[in-house]
Amino acid sequence: MKQNLSIKKLSIKAIVGILAIAWLLITIIPFIFMLLAGFKQQFEMLMGSVFDLPKGLYLKNFIDVFKGNIFIYFKNSILVLIVSLIILLFLSACASYPLSRFKFKLNKPIYAIIVACMSVPVHVTLLPIFLMTTSIGLYDSPWALIGPYVAFNLPISVFILVTFMQAVPKELEEAAEIDGCNKYKIFFNVMLPLVKPGLATLAIYNGVAIWNEFSFALVLTQTLPNRTLPLAIWEYQGQYTMNVPMIMSVLTISMLPMIIAFIFGQDKLIKGMMAGAVKG
Amino acid sequence: MQSQTNSLAKRRAASTRNAAIIFLVPAFLFLIIYIAYPIVYSFNLSCYNWNGFASNKVFVGFNNWKELIGDDVFRKAFLNNVIIMVLSIIVQLPIGIALATFLDFGGKKLNVFKVIWFIPMLMSSVAIGYLFKYALDASSGIVTGISKAFGGHSIDLLGNPKTALLTITVAICWQFIPFYMVYFLAAYSSIPSDLYEAAIIDGAKKSQYFWKIALPLMKPAIKSAIVLSMVGSLKYFDLIYVMTGGGPGTASELMATYMYKNAFLSQRMGYGSAIASGMFILITIISLITIKALNRKED
Repeated sequence: MKQNLSIKKLSIKAIVGILAIAWLLITIIPFIFMLLAGFKQQFEMLMGSVFDLPKGLYLKNFIDVFKGNIFIYFKNSILVLIVSLIILLFLSACASYPLSRFKFKLNKPIYAIIVACMSVPVHVTLLPIFLMTTSIGLYDSPWALIGPYVAFNLPISVFILVTFMQAVPKELEEAAEIDGCNKYKIFFNVMLPLVKPGLATLAIYNGVAIWNEFSFALVLTQTLPNRTLPLAIWEYQGQYTMNVPMIMSVLTISMLPMIIAFIFGQDKLIKGMMAGAVKG
Repeated sequence: MQSQTNSLAKRRAASTRNAAIIFLVPAFLFLIIYIAYPIVYSFNLSCYNWNGFASNKVFVGFNNWKELIGDDVFRKAFLNNVIIMVLSIIVQLPIGIALATFLDFGGKKLNVFKVIWFIPMLMSSVAIGYLFKYALDASSGIVTGISKAFGGHSIDLLGNPKTALLTITVAICWQFIPFYMVYFLAAYSSIPSDLYEAAIIDGAKKSQYFWKIALPLMKPAIKSAIVLSMVGSLKYFDLIYVMTGGGPGTASELMATYMYKNAFLSQRMGYGSAIASGMFILITIISLITIKALNRKED
C-alpha cells in the first residue's frame, strides 16, 4: 500500500519534471535557432539542416552589423529611454503623492480616471499623435517619442507607485510637518527617498517597455538617424530579406543589452515585472 | 474662537487642495495631450475624407462609418482578433498558472527554470515576430527541418491562409506566457505563507492546497488576467505586422493592422480614424461586458 503510494508520487513527480523540461525546450529552441543561424553563412542556411552547427565560427555577419549603422539606433534608443524615464518617474511620483496621502474631494475620481487610461488602446491615438507631431514640427525626431512614451506609461506607474506610497508610515510625514515642512518639502525630503525601491521597480518595468516599443517609433520617425533599435531590426529585414543569418545576428545584437542587464540584475528585473503584473 | 479654528481648517484644506493641483497638473497635461485629446480627434477625423497632406479635408458625415459597418475585411479582422483573444485566454492563463505553481511549490532550487522561462519577456514584439518568421520559414525553418529529417516536405505555416493565424497565435502565446507566469507568481506571493503551512499540518496534499485554497484565493487575479489578456488581444499589432503583415490575403488581418494600412499606407486618414474609433468602441464594450459578467459570477 505504502509502496504503491510512493510509486504514484514518484510518477507524478516525473511527469511534472518532464513537462517543466519540455517548456524549457520550447522557450530556448527559438533562441538556439537564432544563435546558430547568426554564425552561419547564407549558403549554409540553405544547404544544411536547421540544427546543424555552423561550420566554424563565422563572424562576418556580426562584423557587418557593427560596421553598419547599428550604433545610431543604439544612441537614439538610449537617449529616448533615459529622457522618457526621468520625466515619467518624476511625474508619476508627483501625481502619486497627493493621490496616496492627501484628503481632498476629487481624490478617488481622479485616481479612477488615471487607472482607466491603462486600457486605452495605443492604436486609437496613433494617427492623431502622428498628425499633432507633424504639425508642431517634431516629426522624424527621437524627441517625438518621449511624449507618447511618458503618457502611455504614466497610468500603470501611478497605479504601482500609489501602493508604495500608501505603505509609508504616516508618523514620518506628521513629524516633518511639525518641524515646519510644507507639502513640497515633505515630498522631496521625505517621500521621494522612502519610495526609492518603488521608483527602481518602475524604472525596470517601464524601461523594458520603452526599449522595445515599436508602433510609435514606426509612425513618428522616418529616417535612419532618428530611429530606435526595434526599427533597426525592421530596416535590416527590408535590406537583407533573404539573408537569414544576417537578420539573426541583428536580432542577437539587439537583445544583448537586455540579456546583459538580466544577467546582472535578474532578481530585481523579475521583481520589477512582478510589481507591474499586479495591475488591474 | 470656534470660527477661528474653522477658518484655520478651511485654510488648511485649501492649501492641501492647491498642493494637490500643483502635483497633479503635469501628469494630467500628458494624459490630456496624448490620450484624451487624440481619442476625440480620432472620432472627429472619422467624419472626413483626407489624405493627410492636402489642405482641404472633405466633410463626409457618417459615410466612413457606414463603409466600416459594411466592410468585410474589417469584419474578418475583428473575427481574427476574437479568435486570438479566445485562444490566448484558454492557452496562456492555464499554462501561466501551471508554471507559477511549479515554481511556487518548488521554491528556490527551481530558480534556473524561472530565469530561463522568463527570457522571452525581455524581447520586443518585433524581435519575436522576426525570430518566429524565420524559425518557421518554409525553406530553412525549424518545422521544415524536423519534417525533412523524417523524410517529409517543407512546410509553410505562415504562407498558408489556413494555418497563418494559428501559427501567429503560437508565437503570441510563447511571448506572453512568461508574463502570466510572473503575474501569477506575484499572486502566489500575496497569499500568506502560514495558510500553506496550516493546510499541510492539517494533512492536506499539495494538490488539495492548490484546488481548494490557492486557486480560490487567486480568483480576483485570474479575473484581471482575463481582462488584461482580452484587451491585449484586441489591440495586437507589432507581432502580426512583422510576421505576415496581415496576410496571406486577409488571413491574419487584425483591426490594428487594417487601421495602419488604411491610414499610413493608403493615406486614407478619415477611414483609418473610423477603424481606430470603431476599435476603441468595440474594445470598451467588450471589456465592460466582461468585467460585469465576471463580477456577477461572484455573487
